[in-house]
Amino acid sequence: MINLSINGEAKQFSTPLSVTNLIEILGYTGKRIALERNGEIVPRSTYANVHLADGDKLEVVVAVGGG
Amino acid sequence: MNDTLVIAGKNYSSRLLVGTGKYKDFTETRAALDASGAEIITVAIRRTNLGQNANEPNLLDAVPMSKFTYLPNTAGCYTADDAVRTLRLARELLDGHSLVKLEVLGDPQSLYPNVIETIAAAKTLVAEGFQVMVYTSDDPIIAKQLEDIGCVAIMPLASLIGSGMGILNPWNLQLIMDKVSVPVIVDAGVGTASDAAIAMELGCAGVLMNTAIAGAQQPVLMASAMKKAVEAGREAFLAGRMPKKLYSASPSSPTAGIIASTRP
Repeated sequence: MINLSINGEAKQFSTPLSVTNLIEILGYTGKRIALERNGEIVPRSTYANVHLADGDKLEVVVAVGGG
Repeated sequence: MNDTLVIAGKNYSSRLLVGTGKYKDFTETRAALDASGAEIITVAIRRTNLGQNANEPNLLDAVPMSKFTYLPNTAGCYTADDAVRTLRLARELLDGHSLVKLEVLGDPQSLYPNVIETIAAAKTLVAEGFQVMVYTSDDPIIAKQLEDIGCVAIMPLASLIGSGMGILNPWNLQLIMDKVSVPVIVDAGVGTASDAAIAMELGCAGVLMNTAIAGAQQPVLMASAMKKAVEAGREAFLAGRMPKKLYSASPSSPTAGIIASTRP
């Protein structure tokens, strides 16, 4: 069991997963997002190779209207 | 007239920079942006809503990066660390785009900038290759320090964010313009077209606003008014206004050949 914090919400996953897998589960495949893992940027080009570990804290962001 | 705004070596023909927040929907956002003629537009970086439909309309579809220069901001950040993290995410999100708006707030009531955290964040961001346009107080000493750190534009408030109170301290803006050589852009406080014109007449390089347009009864019409105000103010600045002559009127028509035979 892998426990992740995603945008401050606790999420559980039963199998190991990469960032690519996570993005697919969240429905963000092909969307313009950026992802931070434990305070470090995860470059888009490395998503498939980054495997998430129990306790990881993730931030997933988009651009929204703002001043 | 060839009069462009140059920021970090890039030319912009519009001196009006606008925010993309607080609009009714993305259609209104886009219509207002088009009416404003703005080329540089600010955007915020926010967490995705987990579980929400990922196919709902998004800003990038309505306001494509191919047509506008995105200026991601750090609105809502109260520490240098949060601001730096936000802009690192923005750079990743926007394919390495390095032109950013740094703002580190000090207090949720006034949204007044925390200049100590702002300076710390600016140092880190400049060292990491960001081109930093920085929201700050109208303090000329801080403005000069931010320029010395390497910020590419100094953006003092004219009055509080979203207040629409206009240019409260034109003398401080003048002091800042006397001190720094990078563009000085009024950011925050503009309420209506005359405020934007006044900022430009003072010699500011540009004006950045959001609520003045989005909060108007008719945002698209106000966007058009702001475009004209910024252009008019800029031309008046370049033209050089006539000197003010206290207690000394000067007739605009010839003083000779008047048919009246008596004068005081």
